[in-house]
Amino acid sequence: MPEISYRQAIKDALAEEIERDENVVIIGEEVAQYNGAYKVTEGLLDRYGPKRIVDAPISEAGFIGMGIGASMLGVRPVMELMFWSFAYVAWDQMINNAGCVRYMSGGLINVPIVIRGPANGGTNVGATHSHTPENLIANMPGLKVVCPATPYDAKGLMKSAIRDNDPVYVMESTLLYGNKGEVPEEEYIIPLGKADIKREGTDVTIVCHGPSVGVAITAATILSSEHNISAEVVDLRSIRPLDEETIIESVKKTNRAVLVEENRPFCGVDAQIAYLIQNKAFDYLDAPVQRVSTIDAPAIYSPALEPEQLPKAANVVDKVLAIM
Amino acid sequence: MAKEAKLPINKGLSKEDQLAFYRDMVRIRRFEERSLRVYQQGKIGGFLHLYIGQESIAVGCASLMGEHDHMITAYRNHGHGLAVGMGMNECMAELLGKATGCSKGKGGSMHYFAPDKNYWGGHGIVGGQVPLGTGIAYALKYKGLTGSCMTFMGDGAINQGAVHEAYNLAALWDLPAIFIIENNGYSMGTSQERSSSHPEHGLAARAEGYNMAWEHVNGESIFAIRDGVGRAIERAHKESKPTLLEIHTYRYQGHSVADANAKKYRTKEEIDDYRKNHDPLNVYRLYLLDQKIMSEDEMKEIDNAAKKEAEDAAKFADESDFPSVESITEDVYWEADNPDQRASQGRLFFND
Ligand SMILES: Cc1ncc(C[n+]2csc(CCOP(=O)(O)OP(=O)(O)O)c2C)c(N)n1
Repeated sequence: MPEISYRQAIKDALAEEIERDENVVIIGEEVAQYNGAYKVTEGLLDRYGPKRIVDAPISEAGFIGMGIGASMLGVRPVMELMFWSFAYVAWDQMINNAGCVRYMSGGLINVPIVIRGPANGGTNVGATHSHTPENLIANMPGLKVVCPATPYDAKGLMKSAIRDNDPVYVMESTLLYGNKGEVPEEEYIIPLGKADIKREGTDVTIVCHGPSVGVAITAATILSSEHNISAEVVDLRSIRPLDEETIIESVKKTNRAVLVEENRPFCGVDAQIAYLIQNKAFDYLDAPVQRVSTIDAPAIYSPALEPEQLPKAANVVDKVLAIM
Repeated sequence: MAKEAKLPINKGLSKEDQLAFYRDMVRIRRFEERSLRVYQQGKIGGFLHLYIGQESIAVGCASLMGEHDHMITAYRNHGHGLAVGMGMNECMAELLGKATGCSKGKGGSMHYFAPDKNYWGGHGIVGGQVPLGTGIAYALKYKGLTGSCMTFMGDGAINQGAVHEAYNLAALWDLPAIFIIENNGYSMGTSQERSSSHPEHGLAARAEGYNMAWEHVNGESIFAIRDGVGRAIERAHKESKPTLLEIHTYRYQGHSVADANAKKYRTKEEIDDYRKNHDPLNVYRLYLLDQKIMSEDEMKEIDNAAKKEAEDAAKFADESDFPSVESITEDVYWEADNPDQRASQGRLFFND
């Protein structure tokens, strides 16, 4: 299989879906003439023209809301947020409108929109540009949230997201765009709500998503080489729908769980998963569930400290050792 | 060449005043040029949005500020900070994420603050600062103070809904708010023509819809800026009414230093023309020479002092310490930082 970047995988997914379905359009700030702030849409304007690849002014509430309206009439817009932190400007549209229209219309209206763009920290851009709101969105009914960690997942999940008839919010990660991985040339999709075991293990389950998958895999490697502990890494891939079964099956096998996420701990995604595990696998647990999250403060700018604030492999190793 | 100022606000300016304007503009430029080099050395993380080409605006506006006049702006905020009197050391140290930075290394290049100088910062969400500035104006009125708040935004920011909501409130409630569009023609890689629908009279004319006074200002002349802004301040002070000013300017650098497309969306000719013929610093320099207000030697002296100040600041920043890991959770909640005065015990702010 050829190796391509995460960025390229997403672009390929977008291009294939643009070609497959004439209702798919890309809209966002700097996506067309500028070729994308993170170059995810590079070259698409040349290939598909200005009807399919559309530059929007800086007006998130306006253009995201417009995309939601268009999706009600069957257009399938893929909206780019330059950073997920800017979603808050469009929060009313994304939550009250995209999330509730189907319900409030008694199922008469669908909202098949995708909102995508980079999330997460690690690039020293401070609090207004580094946050990742998957827990907030997952808390809102009617919305789906996907956080792909590899090029393969990014492409397959993006295609599913575009074909999905509900609003799907895809969180990419600035730091992942350059990562390379194997992606088949033939067409494939990955269903939403199916976790992936990124590494098999028997002693402890590490649950993670997005950029934390890399952290978990590094930790698992250290645990195996330095401590002879076999860790299983479960990548959620989508937060909502959540693949409860894969998590529970893994914990039943390993009897221990450490949850890693690049999010604040208070009301984080991991809080939900910890509840899930104690509710459905309590009798299998040999130790309390542990979490590793972002230190609970707005993203610090200082390049010296941002890595300290984010989850680190060493933190994961420590938590695992503490419960063995 | 700047037209000679015939405006009351610029009449009777002393040589010292005019020297100070020049010095402040030069300080901003040299600071930014130095910070660009620091960025290229890899010492600054994230973004660095340079203000080079727009210095006349921050300096012209700051020069009119009285005790109760305030400023707030977006992420292109170094010029405003220096113009109101922030030190180069704390500004440079913030770029490096050091504990000695104005925001203790927590804010970075986009988030300078100096409330003691009536400077309410640097804000990273395009348009997000505009309601805040309106709120500062509201507070002035509420407290019965004669003052104003200048809220700066780019030409791209004015398409944000929050900006219009703020305009409406300011006009509806007669707030001493001064909205200043620093129109440098571009929002990132998108020219104003491709981002804004506007009448022949430009972006400022949007104020018509809110029954708010507006005018266009030529940003290459610090006198024109002082004139237009002076009128707005007077309106704010005397009538407690808002004004929308569109100041026409230009930025020479890319949107940020990391703007890989910086050279693609503008022609070299366009940039060269501005640099040669419209650069506010140069226009002002030629005016001062022409009017024999300053000599080349005096200018050299000012320039050298600014360069040295920037050089020293880079050294200061380099030698400063990074903040401690413990500091990550400081400054989040007042209550957590002031345990002695805490109203009630036993609240959990941080876990894990
Ligand atoms: C809500 C939001 N959307 C997008 C961005 C990304 N962004 C930062 S600056 C910028 C361009 C703004 O241009 P303008 O307002 O004209 O100001 P200038 O950079 O010219 O000073 C964009 C798109 C952001 N910071 N916030």
